[in-house]
Amino acid sequence: MPAVVSLPRERRKERLLLLVGRLRWGLGRLTLHLLAIGLAVFLMLPYYWAVISSLKPAHEVRLLPPQWWPSTLRWQNYIEVWQTTLFGQWVVNTVFVSVVATTGTVLSAALAGYAFARFRFPFRNLFFMVTLSTMMLPHEVTLIPTYLLYYKLGWLNTYLPLTVPFWLGGGAFFIFLFRQFFMTIPLDLDEAAKLDGASYFRILWSIILPLSLPAVATAAIISFINHWNSFILPLIILNDPPKFLLSIGLRYFQILPTEGEPKDHLLLAASVLMTIPVIVLFFLGQRYFVRGVVLSGIKG
Amino acid sequence: MRGWWHRFAQQLGWPTSGLARQEALYAYLFLLPWILGFLGFVAGPMVASLFLSLTRYNIVKDPVFVGLENYYQALFRDPLFWSSLGRTFLYAAVVVPTGVTGALLTALLLNQGLRGTTLYRTLFFLPHLTPVVAAVFIWSWLLNPSFGLVNEVLWQLFRIKGPVWLGSKEWAIPSLILIALWGIIGGNLMMIFLAGLQGVPRELYEVAEIDGANAWQRFWNVTLPMISPTLFFNTVLAIIGALQTFTLAFVATQGGPAYATWFYALHIYTNAFNYFELGYAAALAWLFFVVLVTFTYLQFRFATRWVYYAGEVK
Repeated sequence: MPAVVSLPRERRKERLLLLVGRLRWGLGRLTLHLLAIGLAVFLMLPYYWAVISSLKPAHEVRLLPPQWWPSTLRWQNYIEVWQTTLFGQWVVNTVFVSVVATTGTVLSAALAGYAFARFRFPFRNLFFMVTLSTMMLPHEVTLIPTYLLYYKLGWLNTYLPLTVPFWLGGGAFFIFLFRQFFMTIPLDLDEAAKLDGASYFRILWSIILPLSLPAVATAAIISFINHWNSFILPLIILNDPPKFLLSIGLRYFQILPTEGEPKDHLLLAASVLMTIPVIVLFFLGQRYFVRGVVLSGIKG
Repeated sequence: MRGWWHRFAQQLGWPTSGLARQEALYAYLFLLPWILGFLGFVAGPMVASLFLSLTRYNIVKDPVFVGLENYYQALFRDPLFWSSLGRTFLYAAVVVPTGVTGALLTALLLNQGLRGTTLYRTLFFLPHLTPVVAAVFIWSWLLNPSFGLVNEVLWQLFRIKGPVWLGSKEWAIPSLILIALWGIIGGNLMMIFLAGLQGVPRELYEVAEIDGANAWQRFWNVTLPMISPTLFFNTVLAIIGALQTFTLAFVATQGGPAYATWFYALHIYTNAFNYFELGYAAALAWLFFVVLVTFTYLQFRFATRWVYYAGEVK
């Protein structure tokens, strides 16, 4: 008898507990969302401030107190950047160097990755270990002697140091990336092609690479962004403003003395312009990019 | 005749059949660009810089052999050597723990299965992608003592008069740390953590929950040990990155004010490309390399005590 009476009460209690639990869960989610939004706002605020400041008329840039929103959005600033600096030239140079270097990186890293993934040869493990260890090498160590090498070769103030080395191996990370991807492709395909009389090179070009487009995209995107953003190598190699790349061009513009007019808004407009392609590229290839970054952490 | 050679070759793992030899030949052919690049732009220059570090050389005149003079100079007579090295380690000692912890916390946040995680992840990642030069300009403006947003917000909210940030001896390094953290907490390290977190088997959490473990205990006893290899990898990565910091300080402050942000990489650069003391700069680079290798080696030695590899045979 008491058991029957207590049943609805038990159920009510259960329902209440469930409700409380759901409420707590909901509150927890809300807190997490607020945290995420807060972090996003903190990380995005610099962009907002840069974009807004870059659109201010020159006299409003240095107004006190700082204005959160300009009186007019002066898109003219973005045109002025192209007119008052060699910005257009630097964009062309940077695109050229980045494309050439990226192509070299992808092709030569794919070749090396293919060798590591598909061939048996003496000292393979040794070669592979050496390759991986170069990832840990601080570039300071090779900077000075490679500079001298380029000097002796007469390559200073040319784009050769910024492109040629990347056609020779392309960097350990990319070799590793291709090797890992190639190893997921079934060997049967190679065997079948070999029976049909295809050469090793043919197998790579017509079978492995077409099946590895995600890896190619990953390598291409990461490599392009690296070259687009690179600073120290162009800094020591190039010394002729028309030959500058964007990164050192912007710095040159920064340290260039000006008469009167503040140029902060122009510098910010240039920074925004330089960042846009990288962000666009990331959005287009986000899936691939994330995969590549993740891969670099796999062999921890 | 062929017999012993054959056995010897086999011992070495050298291919003995014609087909295997052809395979090896092709492998070397495909590796040739990398081998040339390695010899020409990595190994060769490294050896060359070792010799260079024993000379006095300014490009214009022939190098003069001076023995260990450059190393002596660095260790005992160059006050900027020790101070820049110390400053660089100090910077790393702050950036690495905060950056790695921040990246881990962000990854934990993104691993909760919130709606809109992809959007959050994208937004968090953008600072890492921003070219350092652009990031420095943006932040210099943000931290501008009179016209910047940071000091304005500090004043509006707390009535605090903000420091001159990059222009002050005391606040220059904290400013650089702030800029660096902006790019780190949602960047590469965070992505790698996220992948690590997603690799932790769900069953472990279920078992822990049945055992009555609360969220903190689950994190401490399941998550952390399971992602310890990732944590280790990220820490090594972050340390190497922080110790090599160059562009950030070079563009933001050029090592100033009053050498407040004179990092080791800047010291090498200035000696090499402003003073053209290439021999001395090569010695500085080699000393740095030795320090880095030792440091990384110690980390690997120490790692066996706290890193847990699930697949490892003990």
